[in-house]
Amino acid sequence: MTYLITQTLNGLFSAALLFLIASGLTLAFGVMKIVNIAHGSFYMLGVYVAYTVVLRTQSLLLGAIVAILVVAAVGFVMQRFFLRRFGTDPLAQMMMTMGFALMFRDGALMIWGGDPFTLPYPSMLRGSFEAGDVVFPLYRLFVIVVAGLVGLGLWMVNDRTLIGARLRATVDDPEMAAATGINVAMLSGLVFAAGAGLAAFGGVMGGPILGGYAGIDFDLLPLAFVVVIIGGMGSLKGALVGSIVVGMLDNFGKALVPELSYFTLFAPMVIVLALKPTGLYGKA
Amino acid sequence: MAPRALNGWRMGIVVVLGLAFGVGPLILSTYWVGLLTQMVILAMLAMSLDLLLGYTGLPSLGHAAFFGVSAYAVAVLATGYGAGFWACFLGGIIIGTLLAAAFGLIVSHVRDVYFLMITLALGMVLWGLSYRWIPVTGGDNGISGIPNLLTHAGIPLTGGVAFYYVTLLIFAGCGMLMRLLVRSPFGLTLRGIRENEGRMKSLGFNTWLHCYLSYVISGAFASVAGVVWAYYNGFVSPTYLELTASSELFLMVTLGGPATLIGPVLGAAAIVLLKNVMSAYTARWLFVLGIVYIVAILGAPQGVWNLGTREKT
Repeated sequence: MTYLITQTLNGLFSAALLFLIASGLTLAFGVMKIVNIAHGSFYMLGVYVAYTVVLRTQSLLLGAIVAILVVAAVGFVMQRFFLRRFGTDPLAQMMMTMGFALMFRDGALMIWGGDPFTLPYPSMLRGSFEAGDVVFPLYRLFVIVVAGLVGLGLWMVNDRTLIGARLRATVDDPEMAAATGINVAMLSGLVFAAGAGLAAFGGVMGGPILGGYAGIDFDLLPLAFVVVIIGGMGSLKGALVGSIVVGMLDNFGKALVPELSYFTLFAPMVIVLALKPTGLYGKA
Repeated sequence: MAPRALNGWRMGIVVVLGLAFGVGPLILSTYWVGLLTQMVILAMLAMSLDLLLGYTGLPSLGHAAFFGVSAYAVAVLATGYGAGFWACFLGGIIIGTLLAAAFGLIVSHVRDVYFLMITLALGMVLWGLSYRWIPVTGGDNGISGIPNLLTHAGIPLTGGVAFYYVTLLIFAGCGMLMRLLVRSPFGLTLRGIRENEGRMKSLGFNTWLHCYLSYVISGAFASVAGVVWAYYNGFVSPTYLELTASSELFLMVTLGGPATLIGPVLGAAAIVLLKNVMSAYTARWLFVLGIVYIVAILGAPQGVWNLGTREKT
């Protein structure tokens, strides 16, 4: 029982990180129909930028803020100057993001070297949480709560604000949205930048545990894609449900059948695709 | 789409490629023979993706899966079971094709970006499997010790040049078959589906079946390339199944020119050349490759072979 609870909490921790990555991916897909290969790179850049700032200032909070802003700016520039011109051509956009993903990966290797590292734990979250037999690191619990709050925030913005209404209109029908006076190009840029920032934030949150290493970008990318495919491309709710499904499966898969851990993700994806090709909450 | 006339620079490219592939190995050094062998095998692979991407309009970002799995099949059969040449050769192709037949059931009803994303995920799951299923695949270490093709097949010839010409023969055979295929009524139907699936449906074509068959056939040709590559390299590792492998393949087709068959050959030759020349001069070739992606898309979004033709192929 204790084992089950601990593993479930671990699964939720993975789900929390995955949600931070996949929500940006799915929103960008919803608005721009873009398959962003560089999304894992945003996560990676987030960890590396935060690491640099933390080394200089010893402040994890400052590191997180700088990482989010820098990576969001990178995302904005990418969308504005390289992706927007291929607005109707998803293949060209995908190739473009692939080019950027390679440049980011090699660029990070050039700037920060290939040595793996972890970010420091925030001092007040060092201990463990104990309830009966269950001992669980406080920091992991913190990440789960933060991701939950981010999800709540995204849902509020999406459902309760004017910008959210514009966003939903654009996801439904970009042409009609543009015809009603919504600045779709600007909105796309903002969504892409926000998604990049969220991935970077995910990187910082995962930093004390997963850390940063060469190749983390393409390690996480397939998981994020599986989340988006299971949940439904373009759906925030889908990203949440998909993250939990994938986080749990990945975690229990690793614990129970380590050799086939990656493969345990395969079955649910195939089942979902067979029953509902657009994913659980996706629209055709 | 009228076939573009072979004039001017296109004729020049064909002559240069023909000379390089035809007589190049007889006069060039071993290093260059190796590069030419890589070009020919990858050209075969890129052409197989062109069937799917260019002619059927299904953008697969997991095409390296068939290449990698058939290469692994050869490696496992040859080193683990001591299988003979034909068992390895045909076994690799059959296993790769069966995989395509199984994946095809999952992906044949999705289109466009969804197809891209799902093939990507399938490909990456296979990569994960090759990486972590250590008892069978050897994990990150891969499998080495695949016997030499010529001795394995009992051909009384040795050396890189002989291997090259065997490869070229297989390439020519597959190329002919693919050319026949795209010009057949079946190939025309595929193009019809690419242009307007709804209309093809209402004309009575079973578009799902056509897409499925196109996927399986394309996977079968990719498996042939994978088998030859396993023999060429004597070694398989998870890098064959990486996303970067699939996307490089994608780049070869889009850079060369989709729906032309010869464009992907050109693309494959260019990328192999570029990678090897660049890695001789700089350790940062991945960075340069990233720039190549971006420049290629900005400069020739329809591919080099289609430059100067205004119609969308």
